[in-house]
Amino acid sequence: MTTAATLLASEEGANPLIPHTYELVVGIFAFAVVFFVVGRMLVPRIQKTLAERTDAIEGGIKRAEEAQAEAQALQQQYRDQLAEARQDAARLREEAREQAAQIKAELREEAQAEARRLIEAAHAQIEADRQQAFTQLRAEIGRLSTDLAGRIVGEALEDEARRRRTVDRFLDELESSSAQAVR
Amino acid sequence: MNALTVLNPQDQFKAPTPDELFNLPPIIPGVDWFTKPVLLALLSAVIVIGFFWAAFASPKIVPRGVQNAAEVGYMFVRDQVARPFLGKDADRWMGLLLSLFFLVFAWNIMGVIPFAQFPVASHIAFPAVLAISIYVLKVYLGVRHQGPIGYFKNMMFPPGLPKPIYILLSPIEFLSNLIIAPFTHAVRLFANMFAGHMLLAFFSMVGFWFLFEHLTPLGAPIGVIGVVMTIIFTAFEMFIQFLQAFLFAMLASMYIGGSLHAEH
Repeated sequence: MTTAATLLASEEGANPLIPHTYELVVGIFAFAVVFFVVGRMLVPRIQKTLAERTDAIEGGIKRAEEAQAEAQALQQQYRDQLAEARQDAARLREEAREQAAQIKAELREEAQAEARRLIEAAHAQIEADRQQAFTQLRAEIGRLSTDLAGRIVGEALEDEARRRRTVDRFLDELESSSAQAVR
Repeated sequence: MNALTVLNPQDQFKAPTPDELFNLPPIIPGVDWFTKPVLLALLSAVIVIGFFWAAFASPKIVPRGVQNAAEVGYMFVRDQVARPFLGKDADRWMGLLLSLFFLVFAWNIMGVIPFAQFPVASHIAFPAVLAISIYVLKVYLGVRHQGPIGYFKNMMFPPGLPKPIYILLSPIEFLSNLIIAPFTHAVRLFANMFAGHMLLAFFSMVGFWFLFEHLTPLGAPIGVIGVVMTIIFTAFEMFIQFLQAFLFAMLASMYIGGSLHAEH
């Protein structure tokens, strides 16, 4: 086997496992050039770009999150304000209702007082009128009754004092009987 | 070989020999070093540089055109090659690993590019220089980050094993890490490309011989099989070319990672 291989190699002049010197040089040269240009010059550039892209995307996401948080805060604020406004409105309505009720009550109170006052005034007036009428009536009745009595008796009741006494007595009786009748 | 040629008459199919396939004459007579693999190796380097220059010379935050394609490549190397073995150090080594992966991939893919049709890495010199470079880097990084004694101690005496095991383990670890690893690193790539090129050349020569050079009713079906197999193996070979480039870069990443941090 060994002899066959060596024979093959010697005859053909090429053992595929023995590298050519110039190919070694070309190989390392090609790799060195590719490594220098691609590995040293271009890869850092794309790495920088990729980092920038990551930053940009992360920045974009962060900005979007911030905007969303802001929008939510604003919405919450509006909601709070709306709730507050509703509460205010409700409170104002309640107050108005209370005030209205109060005003109504006051007015009613006033009206009742007025009515009472009027009734009292009317009562007083009536009482005064009655008193006046009663006094007038009393004099009238006295005069009439003496006249009547004089005419019936046929004798004038000249004596003023006597006449007055008679009249008074009569009237007192009348009064007491009329009071009973009134009751 | 002479015996075989004597046995083969002129009208009989002759499989391509490694010598025919891989021992190529200089392109310009007299300039011995300038052969097809050398030309393709340099061309591949130019293509890789041109591609990444077009993509990353002035990269945009919002990528357009070729930058998109190159970024897919960059992400692939970063996420599949660099990060699993280097973790947070991945970005520092991306320049090396990206260059390594794409240069090897370009060298390999030359095997199926029409008119080029020669995988550069099937000449062992090309994988060898890369493997040697990675090996030197590996040992340098190991000594620098773990100390001259620490590096060999971590490599040969991983802690937490029964003492007698070390008698067996230490020489094996030493051998596999410092002698076998760089060799297999280079040979794995070389052998895959070598065998792949042999297969493709064989099947395409079957097709060419039986369908064009020596068309016979009996031979024609064999020629058709040769063409079909050439097509299938071209697809398969493209996959292998990609896979070997990936493996080569991945092993480099693994060696670097192992030297930066002791594995145990």
